[in-house]
Amino acid sequence: MSEITEKVRRSLARRYRSEKRFKAYGIASVAVGLIALSILFIDIVGKGHSAFFEHYLQLEVTLDREVLGIDDVTNKEQLDYANFSAVIKQALRERFPGVDDYEKKRQLYALVSNGASYNLRSELIANPDLLGSTRNVWLLADDDVDLFLKANAKGREESRLSDLQQKWVEQFERSGDTDKRFNASLFTSGDSREPELAGIWSAVVGSFFTMIVTLCLSLPIGVAAAVYLEEFAPKNRFTDFIEVNINNLAAVPSIIFGLLGLAIFINLFGMPRSVPMVGGIVLTLMTLPTIIITSRASIKTVPPSVREAALALGASKMQVVLHQVLPLAMPGILTGAIIGMAQALGETAPLLLIGMVAFIVDIPTSPMDAATVLPVQIFLWAGSPEQSFVALTSAAIMVLLAFLITMNTLAVLLRKRLERRW
Amino acid sequence: MQTGNLLLLLVAMVALAYYLGLRRSLQMARPLGGIRHLQSLPFYYAMRAALWCALPALVVLLAWLVFDDGIIRNTVMMSLPEDIRPTSEAARGLLLSQIQNVASGALPADAGPPEIAGAADLLVRLQKINTMALSVVFVVVAMLGGAWGWVKIAPRVRARQQVEKILRVLFMLCALVAILTTVGIVMSVLFESIRFFSQVSPINFLFGLDWSPQTALRADQVAAEGAFGAVPLFTGTLLISAIALMVAVPVGLMSAIYLAEYAGAKVRAVAKPLLEILAGVPTVVYGFFAALTVAPFIRDLGESIGLSVASESALAAGLVMGVMIIPFVSSISDDVITAVPQVMRDGSLGLGATKSETIRKVIFPAALPGIMGGILLAASRAIGETMIVVMAAGLAANLTVNPLEAVTTVTVQIVTLLTGDQEFDSAKTLAAFALGLMLFITTLLLNVVALHIVKKYREQYE
Repeated sequence: MSEITEKVRRSLARRYRSEKRFKAYGIASVAVGLIALSILFIDIVGKGHSAFFEHYLQLEVTLDREVLGIDDVTNKEQLDYANFSAVIKQALRERFPGVDDYEKKRQLYALVSNGASYNLRSELIANPDLLGSTRNVWLLADDDVDLFLKANAKGREESRLSDLQQKWVEQFERSGDTDKRFNASLFTSGDSREPELAGIWSAVVGSFFTMIVTLCLSLPIGVAAAVYLEEFAPKNRFTDFIEVNINNLAAVPSIIFGLLGLAIFINLFGMPRSVPMVGGIVLTLMTLPTIIITSRASIKTVPPSVREAALALGASKMQVVLHQVLPLAMPGILTGAIIGMAQALGETAPLLLIGMVAFIVDIPTSPMDAATVLPVQIFLWAGSPEQSFVALTSAAIMVLLAFLITMNTLAVLLRKRLERRW
Repeated sequence: MQTGNLLLLLVAMVALAYYLGLRRSLQMARPLGGIRHLQSLPFYYAMRAALWCALPALVVLLAWLVFDDGIIRNTVMMSLPEDIRPTSEAARGLLLSQIQNVASGALPADAGPPEIAGAADLLVRLQKINTMALSVVFVVVAMLGGAWGWVKIAPRVRARQQVEKILRVLFMLCALVAILTTVGIVMSVLFESIRFFSQVSPINFLFGLDWSPQTALRADQVAAEGAFGAVPLFTGTLLISAIALMVAVPVGLMSAIYLAEYAGAKVRAVAKPLLEILAGVPTVVYGFFAALTVAPFIRDLGESIGLSVASESALAAGLVMGVMIIPFVSSISDDVITAVPQVMRDGSLGLGATKSETIRKVIFPAALPGIMGGILLAASRAIGETMIVVMAAGLAANLTVNPLEAVTTVTVQIVTLLTGDQEFDSAKTLAAFALGLMLFITTLLLNVVALHIVKKYREQYE
């Protein structure tokens, strides 16, 4: 056996070890990525799931005419000025007699959410016979009470509630007067300073309008640009310049598009701030490169034989493109469009600069109303100091992720179902 | 009528023009013996009428909207008596907004001199006339255009060629949007930056070590100048990006190698899309995760071993950003690794090299330029990333390279300077655009170099 063979044989064990190590590094890397992904999701779901439920407290409420200041239920003005919170305060005082100190009363009243009086009001409007009656009513609890009720023994020690308040809430709990219900207001109301009243609906609607504007602008423009570059553009420097531009725009940081929107659309053109219209235009410019690039790739996969066959039958170039090439490329284009929309839906930074960070309570009704979008709402809530907003933020993130996952799954399915291999 | 309503009306008119055009062309074809005796299909005649209806009207609308505000303002200004007409641009703007407020009823009419009330009246009148005139002109132009297109329908007219030509021009205009966007970006950051550099010297900006723009609010304050030394921002950005790349490059590269060379088809089919989810998660979610989970975790960890860690440490933001860009590195690396020709692998394996030796000594060097391009793209992504740092990094500009301290970045400062109330001539807001310019230039250079390398590399093996 020659010397070299001997040398190789001796080194083999070491080389196999290093081979195994290398492979282990690879597995570890993939694992790191996947673990990071699962920690992210588990963390968000762990923090957010509780926000889908909220607690109610049961109280014996008397809708006293005098306390409310109503003698005629059909009188709208009286209803508007009626003092429903006084009724609730009275009910609380009756439940816990002996609270007379001003500070203690304040603490007692803080158990029930400010929003509870609105519920009482709408109940009374729905059923005028209730006026003057005494009955047990479920009232929305304040967010601190809600947190306390959701927490385990250890979490309860850290509650923001005072000892007195904790005692009261525990009394409610013992007598079975607390109830955990689905938090419908999360999906139906707009932003609020009170976590238990805040919802994502205004942000969802704002996102919807922004996405509509983005889709209506970016899809036609993107497809037309892709068709031009792929089918009609002469091969010259100018076309190259357009291509370089598109490729670069695809990698420009999104916040730069915000600067563009602020300087050009708002300051120069005088468009209003905070409206989905401007947000949609800015996001269009941002997603256009994605849509153009994917549309071009999709148009490229249509084999030349299709074009030649159509041309041979006497179709004009435009007819070939519109009647043959585009329909065949459509699945790919739509996939690209959905991915681009998903990108735009999750985008925050450029929208901050064009003023979509406003505190929006009302549900926007058109693309020209001041609005915010879901990711910006998440950003705003994440900056709120109150503990309950953490859960709310996570819940909003879960909704956003659900939208994105749906869109991406749709894109994948579309590609699988419709795309043709030539 | 509002612009939106006008556009809706136009849609209806275009549909009508199309329908009438279609009917007329069919009518004309009948005596000739069918549509095959027409030069073009009826569809094209109808399209031509519809385009005639839509395009001139849209051009008129656009031109009108561009000019009407300026003209109205000028007329209102001219109506004011000579002596209260302001001379400077700023005073003019102030007076105009006062007039506008009176006109909209936000200010009482007797708030200022009687001339203002008169001007407000005029403004309201002019605006009313303006919208009326616009609606009338718009509708008339659309009708005339549509009628012209309808009248011009004749069997010999080359309608198809004309429609196709217009479409082609429209397509080209759409492609030009990309150039316009770039021009718009350059214009918006460049002009404001020039204004900024006329107030603050570029040398102070680029090499100054002190950043405290918040002091520059009022002219009479002690530090009225404000300090606009951007070096702490640059180092902060680089620090966080470096941490991110230190996470993303090894993890991304090794997972790409594993998935491309070792993993079976099944593992690949599952792991690859899962990793790519990381790229699809919105950055605001990462920001929330970094600020509320990772940063406290790192701080507690540091405290348990006796280190003082800032609650907005660069490490937390960098780590999370690193996780975010793993898929960028891995997907580009994956592309370039699979593009290395199989013969090179076979040759190396045939000589008796192990798989890892083949990867390290043959495939990796061959794929290196492409991988470098991918890393540069990832770096540009990290530098321009905004939400993670806005939520998880600090606001105070510390000149430090200690990852446990809080640093601020270029993007954080842009957002902080431009959200909230702002006046547009203060150095404070203009500084954001100067920072934007720096960011744009840096990322542009990185992108150009990266795309060039990747492209060159692709050609090499094609």
